[in-house]
Amino acid sequence: MPGRTPSQTVGPFLHIGLTGQYGFREVFHATVADPGMPGSHIRIEGRLIDGNGNIMPDAMVEIWQADSQGRYPHPADGRPLASNSFRGFGRCATAKDGGYAFATVKPGSVPGPDGSTQAPHINVGIFARGMLKRLFTRIYFAGDPANASDPILALVPPDRRDTLMAKPDPNSPNVWRFDIRVQGGADETVFFDA
Amino acid sequence: MTDVYSRAGNAADPPSLSPDYVGTRTRSPKQPLVIIPQTLSEITGPVYGHSDVSPEEADLTRQHAGEPLGERIIVKGRVLDEAGRPVPNTLIEIWQCNAAGRYIHVVDQHPAPLDPNFTGAGRVVTDADGNYQFVTIKPGAYPWGNHPNAWRPAHIHYSLFGPSFLTRLVTQMYFPGDPLFPYDPIFNSVTDPKARERMVSRFDIETTRPDWALGYIFDFVLRGPKGTPMENRDFTDQD
Repeated sequence: MPGRTPSQTVGPFLHIGLTGQYGFREVFHATVADPGMPGSHIRIEGRLIDGNGNIMPDAMVEIWQADSQGRYPHPADGRPLASNSFRGFGRCATAKDGGYAFATVKPGSVPGPDGSTQAPHINVGIFARGMLKRLFTRIYFAGDPANASDPILALVPPDRRDTLMAKPDPNSPNVWRFDIRVQGGADETVFFDA
Repeated sequence: MTDVYSRAGNAADPPSLSPDYVGTRTRSPKQPLVIIPQTLSEITGPVYGHSDVSPEEADLTRQHAGEPLGERIIVKGRVLDEAGRPVPNTLIEIWQCNAAGRYIHVVDQHPAPLDPNFTGAGRVVTDADGNYQFVTIKPGAYPWGNHPNAWRPAHIHYSLFGPSFLTRLVTQMYFPGDPLFPYDPIFNSVTDPKARERMVSRFDIETTRPDWALGYIFDFVLRGPKGTPMENRDFTDQD
């Protein structure tokens, strides 16, 4: 049986091939849902911060999420979608201020293991110079009552769960803030191994 | 819930913290990863295929008015999973520096020339048998600031999706016999020598086209189903 091809860093020049900033046609976007998509339209905005507390202007964030009904556009789900144009995937390079932003719809609850239900969440992959492999975290929505019974949050030490909660921006309706601390102390974002 | 994808093969990946690669010191988590089951959110993933690419995007030598300088090469191979099955219809994205070792990127300002006929980006989708092929020029080695007299061995960056969120892979393909291998902390961040070798392409005279281009073969092995013989050799069923 063949052995796995190891991961290597995306490096500092990812924009040439992955984000279209150097003239190569873009396939992926930070807009996951156009205005006509059924669901509650939101923006997710945040910054990436390294172990020295510095912002990370050279990283890339990818998200993967269900639609507003909690369904994935993938054969392993197979339930009908609210819109056939929903692809569930977004990619955003961080800006000079370390920031990223996605325009999307809030995902619905998703089936979980053993008949459980997962609270609305978005899977996040982070790539950057200095990262030899993808970091995987999840965005949950602070205040959602479904969080209390989410089977994945239940596996996270209670004092670290708050790092997975996007917070409503007090100044901008429908904007959720989610900063990612790739290395820190108690405030380091929880990363998963699945 | 039973895993769909193997976990044993993750051992091939480098650790997040590999101190000789200085950037990892502040960009690797200090807390342990939280191990979670593979839910519907992980065993699904983005589906992009042939309708998302144009055929000319697989030829990096024909994206400008003239041809880029350098050694023209064909790179081809297959994308497989750990069970040896082909991964069909999956998107591959590549990017690289030019023959002089210079990226078109604004962050790369080292004293080597840009090539007006080379962007260094491409994409292709595997066919029904997992095959892919690019035409490009061989990238040069280039210096970087990791340590005194640090040089990266020539490489092409690859990004692959595979069938789920868990099969996503970003890696680098190297060229056989590169004298810089012993000095490169990124290549050597992969601690298993056999796994390191799986990042090195091989020259292939059959792929080489007379009077036109040298041929290299590079196969990918993405994360595969749980229960492959490779996994069973290392672990008993823990579920």
